[in-house]
Amino acid sequence: MATLTPETLTTKNDLFEEQTPRVVSRSVTRGDKIFRSVCAAAAMVSLFIIGGTAIFLGVKSVPALQETGFKNFFTTSVWNPTVGEYGVLGLLIGTIVIASVALAVAVPLALGLALFINEYAPSRLRRFLTSSVDLLAAMPSIIFGMWGLFALQAPLSGVAAWFSLHLSAIPFFRLSEADAPLIRSSFITGAVVALMIVPIITSVSRDVMAQCPRSQCEAALGLGGSRWGMIKQVLLPFGRAGITGAVLLGFGRALGETIAVALLISFIVQANPLILEQGGGSIASLIAIKFPEAQEVEISALIAAGLALFAMTLVVNLGARAIVRRTQMAA
Amino acid sequence: MTILTERLADGVTGNGETRNGDSRTTATEATDSSASSAPSGAGEAVVEQLRFRPRVLVSRDRKELMLSLASGLTGSAGMCLVFDWSHPLTYAIWALLIFLTASYLLARDSQSPVVAADRLVTTLVWTSGGIAVSALVWMLVYVAVQGFKGLRLEFLSSDLSKVGPLDDGGGALHAIIGTLQQMMIASVISIPIAILTAVYLHEIKGRLSGLVRFVIDAMSGLPSIVAGLFIYTIWVLRGNGPSGLAAGLALAILMIPTVTRTAEEMLKTIDDGLRESALALGAPQWRSVLQVVLPTARSGLITASILGVARAVGETAPVLLTAFGSSSVNLNPFVGPQSDLPLFIYQLLRQPNANQIARAWTGALVLVLLVLVLFVLARVIGEHGARVRGGSR
Repeated sequence: MATLTPETLTTKNDLFEEQTPRVVSRSVTRGDKIFRSVCAAAAMVSLFIIGGTAIFLGVKSVPALQETGFKNFFTTSVWNPTVGEYGVLGLLIGTIVIASVALAVAVPLALGLALFINEYAPSRLRRFLTSSVDLLAAMPSIIFGMWGLFALQAPLSGVAAWFSLHLSAIPFFRLSEADAPLIRSSFITGAVVALMIVPIITSVSRDVMAQCPRSQCEAALGLGGSRWGMIKQVLLPFGRAGITGAVLLGFGRALGETIAVALLISFIVQANPLILEQGGGSIASLIAIKFPEAQEVEISALIAAGLALFAMTLVVNLGARAIVRRTQMAA
Repeated sequence: MTILTERLADGVTGNGETRNGDSRTTATEATDSSASSAPSGAGEAVVEQLRFRPRVLVSRDRKELMLSLASGLTGSAGMCLVFDWSHPLTYAIWALLIFLTASYLLARDSQSPVVAADRLVTTLVWTSGGIAVSALVWMLVYVAVQGFKGLRLEFLSSDLSKVGPLDDGGGALHAIIGTLQQMMIASVISIPIAILTAVYLHEIKGRLSGLVRFVIDAMSGLPSIVAGLFIYTIWVLRGNGPSGLAAGLALAILMIPTVTRTAEEMLKTIDDGLRESALALGAPQWRSVLQVVLPTARSGLITASILGVARAVGETAPVLLTAFGSSSVNLNPFVGPQSDLPLFIYQLLRQPNANQIARAWTGALVLVLLVLVLFVLARVIGEHGARVRGGSR
């Protein structure tokens, strides 16, 4: 601000300056300083946890990586503690396969659900549905796993049989032999994991769709468009990026899902591209299954596998969050 | 042409208001979707009314609807009879397919492909809602039916230390005690940290808040087993051994992002006027936060904490890695392996034995009931708080 002297005070310029907001100095008391540093310290705990996870898992995974070789660890599919050979390539692929199956099932379901809650459902039903989705999110994964194991196995293997019979043109849906067992497969596991990631995809994409300016939606309807026309022309183009983010978030969740997978799948270390057939695996289920009996170097190898999983989910999640946040800012 | 308006929206008003309602309630960027709707309460009701759109069904539409419904139900029944299928799921899928085809064709012939496509999507959207709800109901009923058989008082008052795999009796006392102790430890550690972090993010808006928010994002997607591995490497491996405390630490890591995010949403709903009046009265920031903002947000913060607990109570993997599980009561959470309910279920399920699996189901029922109680509690407290806040404005 220009200094105010008697001569300059009369000019127009200063009248203008008089109107700019004055600077209010804020006194920060000692109590405030303490309070702020306490809060900042609490906030730093999270930083420490994420940083610490990366560092400590990294340090502890060194022995196994030295024994089996960094390159071998990621390019072979073997888990043999007695000779010290570890490789997680097959499990990395298996993790992605299960998560992809989960996405294929969950995305249509979750988007339909989001549209239903936001656009179609009468208000009382909407409240009920929101609660149901929240409850689905709160259900422990072990319950999903158990229910999948005992209740879903039979009907889903029926679906798998139908797929293998009628869709065998698609390589994934082939069977190695005609009477291969169709239970405990990546397909069934993925379908159960799908139900677990439906809530997150639904809620995030719902929020994104709700950001769409209502005036545009109403305009589309006012021009005589059908409700589906409105959704296709206005809502989905608007929410495309955000919905992609929501799907990625669901993917991240599916990658890290542990107990349901460990319960459902018939664990093998090798990659199994035939998703309808028994046998498959994921990194998280490897850790849950092998950990209780693991010794020394094998534990280190499990930690290395956990580090790989950590890196994978971190990249997917942060990418997804960045996309969702950007659309929300754009709105 | 008679137009039957099924229902009319009572409050279709201008768009300005809709936007307001929207931005208030839907800014929620849910971590666990549970966070999103619990708090909204008063604001949501407004939006719900505004977004309702009258549905118009002409009598011809109803006729077509009935016709395709009938053809779906009977057609599928016929196919099931002819091909000798017996599973209800098969019946439902074919009924849906026939219904979809019939309603599409009817609408296309009597009106236009646009209307037909709209109707197709409407059916699909309703179906996805139905699938989600029926999966949930199926799961709850299944757990209740399977678990109810073994639900006796003995289940809650004894452990498995003296019970062989093939014997009857025994219970989950050790697991219930473990769950309670671990949840207590996790809550005591994580809730203060999470709420202070939320204060840092929303009240102080410190220099690092961007980074902290980034890290909270990263944490909310952290696989639970990685949290378990982390505590295993920094605590269990350093000579402390497995314990309930270690499990509590791992669960605390999982609770922090959930509670922080929900608590931050709660703080956002507090009127700025309250903060400003506290500051205008000469209160330093810490008093305005501790004595005005946080007490006003109290019910919301309780909801946030309960949601965090509800998330952590069902986690198996981190407890498996940090407390290892046991079959006898361990009252001391600081020394020695401990079990908790999800781990109890998991370890029993891995034994191929009908008795053990029956016990696992009973454990599952207890766990589900626990989660339901927490869920309803969070709901009730959250809605009560929203009402109080809404009323005072």
